[in-house]
Amino acid sequence: MTARKVFRNPLAVAALVILLVIVLASVFAPLVAPHSPTALRLDRINAGPGSGYLLGGDGAGRDIFSRLLYAGRNTLTGAVIALSVALVLGVVSGLLSGYYGGLLDGVLGWGANLLMALPTMIVLLALFQALGSSIYLAMVAFGVMLSPGFHRLVRSQVMAVKHELYVDAARVSGLSDPRIIGRHVLLVVRAPIVIQAAVVAGIAIVVQSGLEFLGLGDPGTPTWGGMLQDAFTNIYTSRIAIWWPGMTIALTVASLVLLGNAIRDVIQRTERVRKPPKPPELVPATPDTDELPLLRITNLTVGYPSNDGYREVVHGVDLDVRHGEVMGLVGESGSGKTQTAFSVLGLLSPGGTLLGQSSIAFDGTELARLPESERRALRGRRIGYIPQEPMSNLDPCFRVGEQLVEPLRAVSGLSKQAAVTEALHLLERVGIPEPRRTFAAYPHEISGGMAQRVLIAGAVSGKPDLLIADEPTTALDVTVQADVLDLLRGLQTEFGMAMLLVTHNFGVVADICDRVAVMQDGRIVEVNDVRPLFASPKHPYTQTLLGSTLEDSAPRTRLEVNHA
Amino acid sequence: MLGFIGRRLVACLVLVVVIAGITFLLAFSATSNVARNLLGESATPDQLAAKNAELGLDKPLLAQLGTWAGHAVRGDLGISWFTNEPVAQAIANRLPVTLSMVVLAVSLTALISVGLGVAAAVRGGWLDRVIQVLSVAGFALPNFWVALVLVVFFSVTLGVLPATGYVRLSESPGSWAAALVLPVASLVIGSTASAAQQVRGAVIDVLRQDFVRTLRARGISPRSVLFRHALRNAAIPALTVLSLQFIALLGGAVVIEKVFAIPGLGTLTVNAALQGDVPVLMGVVVTLVVLVVIVNLVIDVVSGWVNPKVRVE
Repeated sequence: MTARKVFRNPLAVAALVILLVIVLASVFAPLVAPHSPTALRLDRINAGPGSGYLLGGDGAGRDIFSRLLYAGRNTLTGAVIALSVALVLGVVSGLLSGYYGGLLDGVLGWGANLLMALPTMIVLLALFQALGSSIYLAMVAFGVMLSPGFHRLVRSQVMAVKHELYVDAARVSGLSDPRIIGRHVLLVVRAPIVIQAAVVAGIAIVVQSGLEFLGLGDPGTPTWGGMLQDAFTNIYTSRIAIWWPGMTIALTVASLVLLGNAIRDVIQRTERVRKPPKPPELVPATPDTDELPLLRITNLTVGYPSNDGYREVVHGVDLDVRHGEVMGLVGESGSGKTQTAFSVLGLLSPGGTLLGQSSIAFDGTELARLPESERRALRGRRIGYIPQEPMSNLDPCFRVGEQLVEPLRAVSGLSKQAAVTEALHLLERVGIPEPRRTFAAYPHEISGGMAQRVLIAGAVSGKPDLLIADEPTTALDVTVQADVLDLLRGLQTEFGMAMLLVTHNFGVVADICDRVAVMQDGRIVEVNDVRPLFASPKHPYTQTLLGSTLEDSAPRTRLEVNHA
Repeated sequence: MLGFIGRRLVACLVLVVVIAGITFLLAFSATSNVARNLLGESATPDQLAAKNAELGLDKPLLAQLGTWAGHAVRGDLGISWFTNEPVAQAIANRLPVTLSMVVLAVSLTALISVGLGVAAAVRGGWLDRVIQVLSVAGFALPNFWVALVLVVFFSVTLGVLPATGYVRLSESPGSWAAALVLPVASLVIGSTASAAQQVRGAVIDVLRQDFVRTLRARGISPRSVLFRHALRNAAIPALTVLSLQFIALLGGAVVIEKVFAIPGLGTLTVNAALQGDVPVLMGVVVTLVVLVVIVNLVIDVVSGWVNPKVRVE
């Protein structure tokens, strides 16, 4: 299946054809070549193309074209040798390292690091005579030096699949380790290995040619590198001769890389959308009432570019958030609730576009068509954001304090000293026991609960009117969740903020929300105050969601038949 | 931070010792013909034995290693079998030439690839596509061939830059620079193409991270998000790329020196390799491994300074 997709890429097909031609022409050189690679004609020394020889003659009067074909055999053989050694060593050691781990992994990893620190060209030169002055033996040594690439690749992939359920299942069902590695693990790492192999073969060809160019190797056998050396010696007599071996090497290596890239693109599904289609002009529907709530979302439609236009992930959402209220936005993952929240912030992932009549009226301003610079002026000042995953939402390179001070200064224009004081005050307010210590700590030095408090402090630091919280407690320990919800409630009342709380957890909704909107498949299916929604959910999806919440839920009532 | 540097230092020392040991055992394992090569075909067995004794090749391999290592730690890397020049002296004379080439090439690579990589990551569009194509080309075109093409064009055809020769900086700065333009250019073209691609990837990876969205949500300017936060985070993969490029360029310089007849470490190594001058080869390998290890150490320390999390791991 992968192969068929790869062949849909014209560049990959061209690369494959070129490779095939070069390999076949080299293998069948005795049949294809018009002349013997060693036949000399004194009258054709450094002759130009067409003068009896297709591509001209070299410095000794031999046919360049025939020599290219014969040279291909030697150079490609060398590359195959280096690749095979690197493959066998790297894959086997990577499998062992990844599968068994522990001391073995430590030793093998150390060996791989050692090989990677070697300046390979110099070491190959140094060992050339000790290795018997044979270019093939040198390529064996080079294969050893190239093996860490495979080792690391295979090791990391094996580590990743080792704890997959199907591997556990295979182990429990009594399959031996070699069988599991062969059947389940190798299958996963197959494609990355092919990609790496293409790269390694390319490197091997280039390095081998380099060695031959330097004069190491058997002067009696034609090689691409040796031909370049000959062309270089005669560079003042024949300028064109350097092109043939050079272009052959470049074509071969480029084809290998392009083929590898094409396979990678298919596997990673990074097949790029040719060009994002121009979105149809956005015509926000004017919200109809004179008295707008703090936030009125009408007909919000969010799409991402795909090969045939835009793929919609939110289909016309209407939602109000009133001054000072906590609005819950509930739904399963993939229901579009986070996309809705990011639309309000203007921070959709790259490609995300508002479509159709999408309108986001915030305090009377239409955000959907506001220029980015003006939207940015709202963020942090009037709209705050609390993310889901505390640890990944702090910049690992900066101290916690700096990450609070920088926005404070950007948003409120405070002096550095005032911003530091304010940041310390905020840290204290969000319940961090030793504000000064946390202020000076790096993100990796504090706990997840602390990090989430830091992020909350950051979100409210600009005293926003609207706080958007995306699953603010999901990533936290159960014991910390309640504390953080209390903190949010406290801050919300203290600052009189409105809050749009995205969650999949009805327990959180019951704890903190005034009203709640239920989302399914990019649409809002039900909006109501919290109590009536819990007491008598109207939409069957809400009923299902509530029914599936075991904790905090009332004893189940008989399911009403929906006659709608 | 000091503990971090200390741990790395010990690891580096072990690395140098192990590589030197293995290289020595391999390189000195095939020395049976050395005496004959030096004395010629007419040498009598007695003369050969005497030569072997003089070079210390009659002793067991491990004893030779012991003697060599004993001298090496004091900075004595032995004497060339063919020129009788002290190896340390020969390397000291040539290392600055190669280093000036490689350091210049790495610096240019860093400057250009960071500029191009960041621009491609942020701007996308045609620049991004150009860099993708260049990265394949830079990988596929051997740098010594690029050097040949540059020689044909700039020296043979146009005659504007010298094809061979090296002038010391102290003799004539202008000629020094002119002599280095083509060699450095042939090294930089390939390394920039691949490094720019990797810098681009690193920046794109960072810009997709959660904390970037959070920073933007705080109202921080795009300029600060990119230059203060994203670049600092992308610096670690980028530094790793540059350290690998440094190792690769040391190897590349060997072949490039041959093209431009530059009397650097590469020319020394190639001649020694063709003759089988093992003490010189051994000295070059050890010197370069030490150099690589030092560069890696510096990169580690800088990474630890840029991203404190690295220090813990």
